[in-house]
Amino acid sequence: MKLLKLVPENTNVDFMRWRNVALVLSLIATITSIGYTIYHGLNLGIDFVGGQVVRVEFAQPVHIQDLRTRIDQLGVGEATPTALGKDERTYQIRLPKPSGPEGASNAVVSKLRAAIPQAYPGARVDAGESVSGKVSEELAQDSAMAIGFAMIGIAIYIWFRFEWQFGVGALLTLAHDIAMTLGFFAFTRLPVDLNVVAAFLTIVGYSLNDTVVIYDRIREDLRKYRKMAILPLLNLSLNETLARTVVTSLTVLIALGVLMLIGPEVIFGLAIAIFLGVLIGTYSSIYISVPTLVWLGLKPDSFVKAEDRDAAQPETA
Amino acid sequence: MLDFPRWKVWLIGIVIAIGVLLSIPSLIAKSPLADHWPKWLPNSKISLGLDLAGGSHLLYEADARDAQKTRVQAMEDSVATELRRDPRIAIGDISTSGGKLSFMVRDPTQVDAAVERMRQLTRPVALTGNRDWDVSVVDSSRVVLTPTASGTAQALKDAMGTARDVVRRRIDPSGTKEITVVTEGGNRILVEVPGVEDPEALKKLIGQTARLEFKLIDLSASQQDAQQGRAPPGSQVLPLADGTGVMVVKRRVMVSGDQLTDAKQSFDQNGRPDISITFDSAGARRFGRVTQENVGKPFAIILDDKILSAPVIESPILGGQAQITGNFTVQSAHDLAVSLASGKLPVKLIPIEERTISAELGQDSIRKGVIASIIAVVGVIIFMLVTYGRFGVYANIALVVNAFLILGIMAVFNATLTLPGIAGFILTIGAAVDANVLINERIREEMRRGRRLMDAVETGYTEAFRAIFDANVTHVISASIMAYFGSGPVRGFAVVLLIGVVTSVFTAVYFTRMLVALWIHRTRPRELHI
Repeated sequence: MKLLKLVPENTNVDFMRWRNVALVLSLIATITSIGYTIYHGLNLGIDFVGGQVVRVEFAQPVHIQDLRTRIDQLGVGEATPTALGKDERTYQIRLPKPSGPEGASNAVVSKLRAAIPQAYPGARVDAGESVSGKVSEELAQDSAMAIGFAMIGIAIYIWFRFEWQFGVGALLTLAHDIAMTLGFFAFTRLPVDLNVVAAFLTIVGYSLNDTVVIYDRIREDLRKYRKMAILPLLNLSLNETLARTVVTSLTVLIALGVLMLIGPEVIFGLAIAIFLGVLIGTYSSIYISVPTLVWLGLKPDSFVKAEDRDAAQPETA
Repeated sequence: MLDFPRWKVWLIGIVIAIGVLLSIPSLIAKSPLADHWPKWLPNSKISLGLDLAGGSHLLYEADARDAQKTRVQAMEDSVATELRRDPRIAIGDISTSGGKLSFMVRDPTQVDAAVERMRQLTRPVALTGNRDWDVSVVDSSRVVLTPTASGTAQALKDAMGTARDVVRRRIDPSGTKEITVVTEGGNRILVEVPGVEDPEALKKLIGQTARLEFKLIDLSASQQDAQQGRAPPGSQVLPLADGTGVMVVKRRVMVSGDQLTDAKQSFDQNGRPDISITFDSAGARRFGRVTQENVGKPFAIILDDKILSAPVIESPILGGQAQITGNFTVQSAHDLAVSLASGKLPVKLIPIEERTISAELGQDSIRKGVIASIIAVVGVIIFMLVTYGRFGVYANIALVVNAFLILGIMAVFNATLTLPGIAGFILTIGAAVDANVLINERIREEMRRGRRLMDAVETGYTEAFRAIFDANVTHVISASIMAYFGSGPVRGFAVVLLIGVVTSVFTAVYFTRMLVALWIHRTRPRELHI
């Protein structure tokens, strides 16, 4: 059987040749992304700003304008229905956080729960969620802390296992990935909920996975070819790991693509975020994490003095 | 590499067999096969999160101000009872403003005696060396009781424990349902009830404090003063439950709902719903005594500081049985009876988060999630097969084994599978093959460099392991942080990821290594097709 080889043997791409071009482009993209996110804001779900969401499944297709008018008559505040799927039968209705005592927020969901099946026979309220301002603040804070701590924790680990340049490189790579994904969510107006935070943390982990594999090879090559100049050495490491990078990214993309296209729509946001994060992470592990090493002054003999520490590395059983 | 000792093969085989065995109960949970699963085999299952099983998730927070107020009121009652034992200590001008309790001692020579009695009412707070109230004297005749911080904290902790038990009794009087009622972060109670589609009934049951009190009506008060909220000393103004007015009642509680042993919904002689209550022996004696002393007078039945009704005591009620009348429907009488029978909530609970998912939506998510998982696995398997041939087959076997192991471990720990957990499962599938990709690419590379077959395989596994180890540690870091900070669904995702990382190292590295070793040992191949 002829086996599939996506990356031909002896591939020799001069990745480092375009490192400055890539830097400028990445920098522009990152700044644009952050600016766009700050200027337009994210479409934060009720998990982070509080409010209520009701999910309804109708027996017949319902026009969005009709639905909006009917909800307005209930006097529950400004309602924002969004169609889920294309058949106009499933809607998500979002309502603002009511002023007044915290307990009141649940009353509005109850009102909709009673009123919708009356107005539309056969309609079924599938889910009702209501999050108070207090809880949403905590969730937002916890999520930001989770992402921040994960980034710092990983960077420290890389620093211990490699050299400080690698730790900084990993941190910059992560920041780039998170900024780009945030920009994507700001641009598409996809709602950011708790699931998306899980996605961000996965991107952090995955992007690092890629970076670590390449860093590992650089460390190995630095020890093997002590006389080689740094740029050709980095190119060599990148090319040696290229086949693995392509195959793994493709595998993960296959799994996530399936989830995105036919998986439950409740986790569509999560799936698309990770899918995108894998693409961005593959790029950044080549063009952010490796060039950073050059700029931070990684020398061909960087690992020579670290030899003692490396003796303590885990061995395969 | 070649000498893979027999005991290691057995060990790996046994681990996998146990994993598969543990995962089966969860896989056949909803099918008729579940009845045929032998009783002596492990039977723990993965529980489904509410987003998959359907049901209600309610988060309540204790109303701290209400808790404080209730505590001061309770203290006021004990102070009155305590000082009644010593007729020499006459007090007046009781105040509960500012979260403190204070009163005037009329006879200055009795202040010390009063303080001494108050000290006896306070209790030490465990492990802090403080007492729960500070007793002091101001203006040489006014005794002031101030709640201490540690006393308040301890009271809240006790109240939350009681509240949790009360909530559980209310939702599940028979104690048979699979519900979750736990305290969270000191002042919150999380309630999760599977299968509930409309949480209204649930919220009514939890939302009611159900503090029942019987007090005498103060007939001396003028209706005009009452309208303006003024009451004579020792009395208070309370609203009627139906909102039609106010009444003045004596502050002193005749009998309280704490002394109930049972409450049931019943009907009065006119066929209107009411509630029959039964007092315990002490409560029955007390109720009998006060009704005997006050025949012909009206008294108020008060629920959560609202007057339900104010009947006249026609004859002493001695049997410890009484009826609560009011404007009830059968349902509201029933709900109140359940609440009364389960005891009053020591603190008011406010809903701060509510999520309800219907069982249909949950079923739909499971179906789509399972289909997506299967297609994802098949896609990855085909891809690995065409890319690595025989070594791809080994990786694929490892993949399937990995899936069983994840399910098995989750079942042992009774972990909860959530919707993001399914996504975590699919992601683990993708990431687990990464280890095999790393190994196989490395073997290809070493072959290209001209190493001999065995040497190439050996080096491939050894060299690739370093990167696999580091990469997995980063996964563990982010998944642990997610599990620690994440709430509900996110934690479900992190747990699957965490388990998946551990099992995937086992299957992708050790297990495939064994398969390769056994194959080389058996066939002694001369060339490697990879």
